[in-house]
Amino acid sequence: MTIESLPAGEAGTVGASVLDVEELTVTFTRRGEQPTRAVDGVSFSVGPGETVGLVGESGCGKSVTSLAVMGLLPSRGVQVGGSVRLDGRELLGAGDRALRRLRGADMAMVFQDPLSSLNPTVPIGTQVTEVLLEHRDMSRKEAGDEATRLLDRVGIPDPSRRLKEYPHQLSGGMRQRALIAMALACAPRLLIADEPTTALDVTIQAQILELLRELVVDSGTALVMITHDLGVVAGLCDRVHVMYSGRIIESADRHELFAQPRHPYTGGLLASVPRLDAARGAPLHPIRGSARDAIPWAEGCAFAPRCDNAQDDCLTEVAGSTVPLEYDGPGRELRCRHPLQHPRSPAGATASGAAR
Amino acid sequence: MLRFIVRRLLQLIPILLGLSVLLFAWLRALPGGPAQAALGERATPEAIARYNELFGLDQPLYVQYLRFLGRAVQLDFGNSSRTGRPVIEEFLERMPGTIELTVFAMVFAIGLGIPLGYLAARRHGSWLDSASVIGSLLGVAIPVFFLAYLLRLLFAVELGWLPGSGRQEVRIDATRITNFYVLDGLLTREWDAAWDAFLHLVLPGIALGTIPLAIIVRITRASVLDVVNEDYVRTANAKGLATSTVRRRHILRNALLPVSTTIGLQTGLLLSGAVLTETVFAFGGVGSAIFDSIFARDFAVLQGFILMLAVVYVLVNLLVDISYGLLDPRVRVR
Repeated sequence: MTIESLPAGEAGTVGASVLDVEELTVTFTRRGEQPTRAVDGVSFSVGPGETVGLVGESGCGKSVTSLAVMGLLPSRGVQVGGSVRLDGRELLGAGDRALRRLRGADMAMVFQDPLSSLNPTVPIGTQVTEVLLEHRDMSRKEAGDEATRLLDRVGIPDPSRRLKEYPHQLSGGMRQRALIAMALACAPRLLIADEPTTALDVTIQAQILELLRELVVDSGTALVMITHDLGVVAGLCDRVHVMYSGRIIESADRHELFAQPRHPYTGGLLASVPRLDAARGAPLHPIRGSARDAIPWAEGCAFAPRCDNAQDDCLTEVAGSTVPLEYDGPGRELRCRHPLQHPRSPAGATASGAAR
Repeated sequence: MLRFIVRRLLQLIPILLGLSVLLFAWLRALPGGPAQAALGERATPEAIARYNELFGLDQPLYVQYLRFLGRAVQLDFGNSSRTGRPVIEEFLERMPGTIELTVFAMVFAIGLGIPLGYLAARRHGSWLDSASVIGSLLGVAIPVFFLAYLLRLLFAVELGWLPGSGRQEVRIDATRITNFYVLDGLLTREWDAAWDAFLHLVLPGIALGTIPLAIIVRITRASVLDVVNEDYVRTANAKGLATSTVRRRHILRNALLPVSTTIGLQTGLLLSGAVLTETVFAFGGVGSAIFDSIFARDFAVLQGFILMLAVVYVLVNLLVDISYGLLDPRVRVR
């Protein structure tokens, strides 16, 4: 009911993906400054009921990727290239009206900071019903009833009272649940969650993640989980794409990624997570340097300046490209010339990595 | 809520006591006295003494003050030494004029200021934006009396488009009910009188509204620029709401919070007497009465008017605080 206005795409020909992102690039230009490429050729897809994680440090381009998919980047000073297809329909270049019809209805987003993401001067109820009234043919009365059901579904007790309250009267976890209720109001095909738990207590984090997981399983929604928290990935994601400096550097299923990280950056991320079972006083293992040390991809692997495995050929061109994202065994892709080796890893993966 | 209001009203008492002492002392410190002003410079000492005795000005200051205070509590501020009429009567006749003028000025400032400030922010960096920033700077910088003279000279004297003095043409023999001339005209269906009184508000109202207009433009612009970058505006867009809903409910509603504070403060300022503007336009509100009374050393009028304006000012601020709570649920008083 919502996407007739877009040209019919080749729905179905790309498999059953809900979201297909291909070679997405986002460039920020400012007068008098060098253009910055925040997202540089990112491709991934998400099927119904699937949860895909985009993982990386602050500034790696994961949030910009999600905003580009939603069409929420400002129009001035930003160039978006590549292709973003929702159920086969191209979103890049679609008009503002067409996108507004899709947003909130077919694709929705949950943001990082639930307090600042809610309008402080409008009751929660209005903020939920406005989505319903905008996208669905409902009377105010019906929308109010539906809002009560939605709040109940995301686990907010006494929903009809909460609807009349303002965001500052709710607890942090309650606010995030309300935001999720708004995102789910029209049963979207795609839900993007941008670090939905970073502003919350650990106990609440687990509840929110569990809620998201249930909702995905129940409704078959495709979920894109944007996070820097590997714990979130471990608990929720089916597939994981690790991003660094605007590019995907490693893609793998969750289990394989945790068992055998191949990119030194992924390995570093996993090693830097503090472990409860580590000996008392054992040192943590941070990745040295910071994301600001990245070099442009045109000059070689952006992670090379921080990488323990880096060698001279990480910074040179081979066959017209610096470090390409390549096949690394079934279901895995890797952008590295000197990946981590795992003695018990499948022969194929090791061989393809070592061949470089 | 009720406790909050009562507490604020109780706070009025020390404010008014302090103000009355200051006023009393200040007025007595002015060179010359009411007798001199009333009887002229060549008045004989005997005449002055008789005048002072008549008005109780020969008593010690503290006796004068206590006597004044005792009567002021009953809203009796004595009689004007200039017109001989009770001060409270003059106040009730003139205050409506000042209120009408303030309402006109603020409607002008708000009606023009908020849309202008909003547009300037939407077209951030455009010529309209620059023009509004420069224009509002000019608006704040131009002295009000200069602007008042300029407007009067141009539109009243030279072009003759609008009346340049008074509150209503004298030839119109309007019925008075509330002393709000426009309102009286409407109530008595004397449309001519209402229209004429309205026209008399235009020039002084614009002169008076210029500074609030400039301030409102600047604050609206800055506030909208802040709010459009808020996370909840992004959320509203992510929900696919119509642009008009996003603007109205999510941007303007929040952006107008600081603007409403400004509006309240400016209204309070205008109500407490636009001395200069009213004088230029011989408007006959409380401002011009205060101006005339200073020259006449009309202590009774000055004391009465200034104290009552202080009450008005505090009441307006109380109203602002209450309405702010209605607009922003986070500061709602309990």
